[in-house]
Amino acid sequence: MTGSRAEGLWAQAWRRLRRRPAALVALATLGLIALLALLVPLLSPFDFATPDWDALRQRPSGEHWFGTDALGRDLLVRIMWGCRISLLVGLAASLISVLIGVLWGATAGYVGGKTDSLLMRTVDVLYSVPFIPLVIVLTVLFGRSFLLVFVAIGAVSWLDVARIVRGQTLSLKNREFIEAARALGVGNATMIRRHLLPNLLGIVIIYATLTVPAVIIFEAFLSFLGLGVHAPLASLGTLVADGAHHLKSDPHLLTIPALFLTLIIVSFGYLGDGLRDALDPHEAR
Amino acid sequence: MLRFILRRLSIAIPTLLVIVTLAFTLLHATPGGPFDTAKHMPAAILKSIEAQYHLDEPLWRQYLRYLGSLLRGDLGPSFQYRNTSVNELIRVGFPVDVLVGGLALLVAMLIGGALGLTAAVRRDTGWDHVPMFFASLGVAVPVFVVAPLLILIFAVQLQWLPSGDWHWGEPRYLVLPVTALALPFIAYIARMTRGAAIEVLASPYIRTARAKGLAPTTILLRHALRPILMPLVSYLGPAFAGVLTGSIIVESVFGLPGIGRYFLVGAINRDYTLVVGITVLYGVLIIAFNLLADLCYAWLDPRVRLQA
Repeated sequence: MTGSRAEGLWAQAWRRLRRRPAALVALATLGLIALLALLVPLLSPFDFATPDWDALRQRPSGEHWFGTDALGRDLLVRIMWGCRISLLVGLAASLISVLIGVLWGATAGYVGGKTDSLLMRTVDVLYSVPFIPLVIVLTVLFGRSFLLVFVAIGAVSWLDVARIVRGQTLSLKNREFIEAARALGVGNATMIRRHLLPNLLGIVIIYATLTVPAVIIFEAFLSFLGLGVHAPLASLGTLVADGAHHLKSDPHLLTIPALFLTLIIVSFGYLGDGLRDALDPHEAR
Repeated sequence: MLRFILRRLSIAIPTLLVIVTLAFTLLHATPGGPFDTAKHMPAAILKSIEAQYHLDEPLWRQYLRYLGSLLRGDLGPSFQYRNTSVNELIRVGFPVDVLVGGLALLVAMLIGGALGLTAAVRRDTGWDHVPMFFASLGVAVPVFVVAPLLILIFAVQLQWLPSGDWHWGEPRYLVLPVTALALPFIAYIARMTRGAAIEVLASPYIRTARAKGLAPTTILLRHALRPILMPLVSYLGPAFAGVLTGSIIVESVFGLPGIGRYFLVGAINRDYTLVVGITVLYGVLIIAFNLLADLCYAWLDPRVRLQA
């Protein structure tokens, strides 16, 4: 480093991300969908729940841009509600799972020894538990509840994060700057807060971006099976399921929600790839 | 090798216990018993039915009884299909899963592997870009979107194939379900194989082989293939679990009589023993397959064996 101020992590990451057009397009797509999901239900004259018996199963038109479903409800508004729910569940459940994963993995890696092998053995065991059937059983036994779906998804998807964070912590622990900090008498809490977590941030953000689409798929999967959100509210999963029932007569009921679900998932994938290159240059191909 | 197997078993057995205990706890934490809906049943008959299913015993005894019957491979009677055991339902349904799931895995490995290898060898040509674009799409699109779309295109629009139903020995009814189940895995395996192949083909020992003047095919098949296949082998465990859960969707969309559909119908009708029995079966299968994949991995890569 010379006298001039070094470029910070974020400025560097942003500069690298800007060189990845796919990631930028993905980011813009997600922003646009989020904006539409927020605004369309507010501005549209239709709402997601009220049936219109005079406008059953209409093809896309000037009045109903995406047509209407079997109960005459405006598909555009329903899809935007679906996007709201998918994005909300995706972000919130990912946040829960990343928090659990970071705490678990960082503790295992930092403390080491018996604690480490106990914590990681637990992760190994949980890894081979068939969670999707178990979550289905849970929703069946305790009734469909939005909160349960939420907690179940969040509780399941932290395993990957825990493994990654542990590995990263292990390799950080033996680096010189940690040793130097310890020699200066820095306590455990400060060490984790000031020195470990900031260095874990990059990889955590990458995995959070990859967790979000996985969670969205999982929620849509449960809703597709009729175990997710309650009618008349719709998530993208229920809309795809509705569309699958009517695909012989009204294929647009299937294709349009499927398109939005795919767009969201693909965009998160490309964004995650871009962030990986931007935040973790060692991993770049 | 024996130590390696023992170490893996030391994870597999607690995992199984966790699954069974979770399943049992869930079964009994339910608000209300399974026969509460039968309102008009006289108390005496209810009592005798509960005694028949051992619901009148203390919980720990029921747990031990459940463990005991599991050890004998008995998953108990189905609540919904009276006079039928869960084992019988599985015996009827499971061959469908084996056929559809097995074919899907096989197809995914062959096509995915071939696409990935070609993409790596012909890097940055059309052979690379076109399949990889579809692969990044295929990784993202879940089975429950692919399956109805396939029906829409090939059964409704083109009318080439039936949109569902099942007849043993008629391949026409297999094509769409197997395709729907296999597509995401083809995409994933293609991407993974491409990545592994590019890394292996850039390594020094391959350069040496090239310098010795070996034919490209010989290099690929004799020297590079084994390390390229390593990540594929370790992916087999998760892929198998994915095929199992995917088959729940595929069977309900295409109307196949496999255990995935029993599972879903059982879940909706609150057939607890059936649902928990199938969950336990899924657990056992996933663990067994993970173990198998680990063993294959150790067999292919001596370093893993020596480390353990």
